[in-house]
Amino acid sequence: MKQLIALNINDNVYEVPVDPRDLLVDVIRKKVGLTGTKKGCGLGDCGACTVLIDGSPVLSCITLAIACQGKKITTIEGLVENSGRLHPVQQSFIDHGAVQCGFCTPGMILTAKALLDRSSRPTLEEIKRGISGNICRCTGYKKIVEAISAAGETISQEGVK
Amino acid sequence: MGRQNHTEVGRSVPRLDAPEKVKGEAIYTDDMVLPRMVYGKIKRSPYAHALIKSIDYSNALAMPGVLAVITGDEAPNKWGIVPQAANEVALALDKVRFCGEGVAAVAAVDEETAEAALDLIEVEYEPLPVLLDPFESMDRAGEVLIHEDAPDNILHTGEQLFGDPDQAFAGCAYVLEREFHTSYVNHAFLEPHSSLASFDPQSGKLHLWSSNQVPHYLHRQLSIVLELPMNKIRVTLPTVGGGFGGKGEAGPTDFCAALLSRKTGRPVKVTFERNEVFFTNKGRHPCHMKMKIGLDKDGYIQAVDFDNVLDGGAYSGWGMVVMFYTASMIHLPYRVPNARARVRRVYTNKPTCGAMRGLGGVQPRFAMECMLDEMAEMIGISPYELKLKNAVESGYRSVSNLYVPHSEYKKCLQTAVEKSGYLDKHGKLPYGKGIGLAGGYYISGTAYTLYQSYKPHTTVLIRIDTEGGVTVHCAAADIGQGCNTVIAQMAAEALGVHYEDVHVVSGDTELGTFDLGSFASRVTYGSGVAIKEAAAEINQKLKEVAAGMTGCRADQLVVKDRRFYSVFEPRKAVEWEKVVDVYTNSVGTLTGIGHFSPPRLKGIDLARGERVQGANIGHSPTFGFSCQIWEVDVDLETGKIRVDRVTEAGDCGQPVNPMSVEGQVEGSILFAMGQALFEEMKLDPEGKMINPTLHDYKVPTAMELPEINATIVDSYDPTAPFGVKESGEGPVQPTIPAIVNAVYDAIGIRFTDLPLTPEKVLKALKEKKAAE
Repeated sequence: MKQLIALNINDNVYEVPVDPRDLLVDVIRKKVGLTGTKKGCGLGDCGACTVLIDGSPVLSCITLAIACQGKKITTIEGLVENSGRLHPVQQSFIDHGAVQCGFCTPGMILTAKALLDRSSRPTLEEIKRGISGNICRCTGYKKIVEAISAAGETISQEGVK
Repeated sequence: MGRQNHTEVGRSVPRLDAPEKVKGEAIYTDDMVLPRMVYGKIKRSPYAHALIKSIDYSNALAMPGVLAVITGDEAPNKWGIVPQAANEVALALDKVRFCGEGVAAVAAVDEETAEAALDLIEVEYEPLPVLLDPFESMDRAGEVLIHEDAPDNILHTGEQLFGDPDQAFAGCAYVLEREFHTSYVNHAFLEPHSSLASFDPQSGKLHLWSSNQVPHYLHRQLSIVLELPMNKIRVTLPTVGGGFGGKGEAGPTDFCAALLSRKTGRPVKVTFERNEVFFTNKGRHPCHMKMKIGLDKDGYIQAVDFDNVLDGGAYSGWGMVVMFYTASMIHLPYRVPNARARVRRVYTNKPTCGAMRGLGGVQPRFAMECMLDEMAEMIGISPYELKLKNAVESGYRSVSNLYVPHSEYKKCLQTAVEKSGYLDKHGKLPYGKGIGLAGGYYISGTAYTLYQSYKPHTTVLIRIDTEGGVTVHCAAADIGQGCNTVIAQMAAEALGVHYEDVHVVSGDTELGTFDLGSFASRVTYGSGVAIKEAAAEINQKLKEVAAGMTGCRADQLVVKDRRFYSVFEPRKAVEWEKVVDVYTNSVGTLTGIGHFSPPRLKGIDLARGERVQGANIGHSPTFGFSCQIWEVDVDLETGKIRVDRVTEAGDCGQPVNPMSVEGQVEGSILFAMGQALFEEMKLDPEGKMINPTLHDYKVPTAMELPEINATIVDSYDPTAPFGVKESGEGPVQPTIPAIVNAVYDAIGIRFTDLPLTPEKVLKALKEKKAAE
């Protein structure tokens, strides 16, 4: 039986009819239409579906949509400022060649943002551990780690949130 | 033609597609929704080998929300990427040959309904004996046949003889024979296959959007299976989330979406779950190899004998090509005057093997680089010295008639050895720590189309007008490797503009001009040749106009940095844009077209002058080379191998975009490291896959990222457009043997079976201890 729930995604409130078993990734992608959130495995193994819930990275493919009412959900579409300016992590991924096929990129960037929100100057080991739940098959991670590290520098210098 | 002063080629510019990807705005196939679109799902066989006695889908069809059900008999035409061996069908006909093979497909208003309908399809099977091992498959062929037309359960065999290896071995001072076994691995690209088909009953045209790396071959295969002429089909690639060979053929999502769309008259989308990616596989062939190498007293290779049994799985796929590549790969990157190869590609009841990054090279490279490491020890010299003295140089022609116009392989070996301190460390590190060296190479494009045509492999159309500026049309497939950016850089270089000025229209069989697709590391070289030719035509016409505008002779003008200027009087100059404006105002839109056809060499044994079957497979316009040195730390308690450092040096010719090359190299290193250390698809005795998830099929995470020091060695192939060669598949070649050689240096055990799991390492350590 479908019920109408309200989801706060990127500071917009969406009222969506969902089944209790509907997963957040499907609701975000199909009902809200924000397709930047990717589905790579559907089992919580690859991290491509990562979104932020109240600032923490969550695997939306193993999260029930109904459990997210009253919470603040951030998807990759919510990271760009209204002026069009990119979040420093996004800009850094471009500048450092950390993007290849791009399928892991939204989840990776959101995980990285949450990591840098906790500490803007993480060690390389902390970055590696922080993104270890996000699989990238293209880049070999090196440029992703470099991009996150450099974004952290930018954030510390500019005080961007 | 020597090295040129490039300004657009050779720059680490950000990729054109990066901004939309970091914003989550890139559209992949599964992100698309069309009006009236419905969803398709595929019913799969629980048996690895069985006759299909009956399929009853009446209950499924009666279910509310279900629009259509299809079965194999509705599309019986056989397709295959290699047409001589085409034996695949859209959905199984009469018989299933692997567990997870599709037997029916449903279109319904949503995915949940489609899935529920699958459960209502009743299929009656008569199970047959299951053959999972290629040797058992050959032995029991008299009793169990996987394909009626393959009496030995063998797709194809190859026997190649070059020179006189037997006589050469007889005169060798050092001869070594070893056996090697590689594992069953999957590409594990992150975006599962997805296809969206829209068949318009009124016009009879089909538009298919697909996550694919070979739009042209997909186009042909759709034409065969749907019995539609190619000009009624358009294939478009949205953004593609990785391929690595796994999207290098048409696949069930394509056929099922297209057939269901034709049946319902509505757009149909079929997207795989992750386990379906594993079930349909097309990953790397497990190889069972015997290799024999003979060296003379000075360490020069005199002969190589190679015997390979490839476990192909249920259908042909790329199998015949992969098989002959493994045979070809023994001829480089060392001088081998005499060689023999016996190769067989065997059917088993497993998800089919196919093309995977570095196709055909990875397995024999593993064998050869490990054996040369061991033979260096036999002789008492460094593996580096042995490999260096045998390394090929520019202008080398192998006994199999492979021609290498340019090689900096020796520079790769020297650079990696110097930067890693290999000579100071090898054989001298404390027990448990080791360093290993291996080399490798790969083709930069193939010599033949898979359906044996000699038409150009790539066509590029460049359009110049005041509206779009520069638009490059080419149906090349950017699957994440970044060819669109590289094409823009090369076109900008050739036209004298900036890469940001270039629009690339690719991945579409209607809007793009002909291209074979992304495989065999062919796109940069092939499109580069065609771009140069197309740009020359355009530059000539624009120079004639610019000549009038500047008062110079056209042949004295050069174009660079968006300006035409006289080589003798640089102040006589005019803006590129103004010239285009004048040209289009008087003549109209300007176009130039260019083609690329690879050089055609005979597949012969040069020593005897005789034709050798399959010996032309492996020919390429040029070759990339590389060397990797791995430093490992083996935990003697747990058997776990930790990688400390990787030093790589690669010859990719002139890098068009060095940052992209680094990305290919680093990606390759982790990709191949997974195969060396832990990746393996596992089947139970009935042929059912045990680990079809990214949790149980382990791929490297960031935690496995070692320190990587990669160097692009100074290189420029004067025979290549802009001096380029490949960089996307060569760097996977040395990884496995470099790791295995490092493990030997660490613990004195030479592994010949992949992957090197902690379990396997511990067992070997225990056995070694018992033997001591």
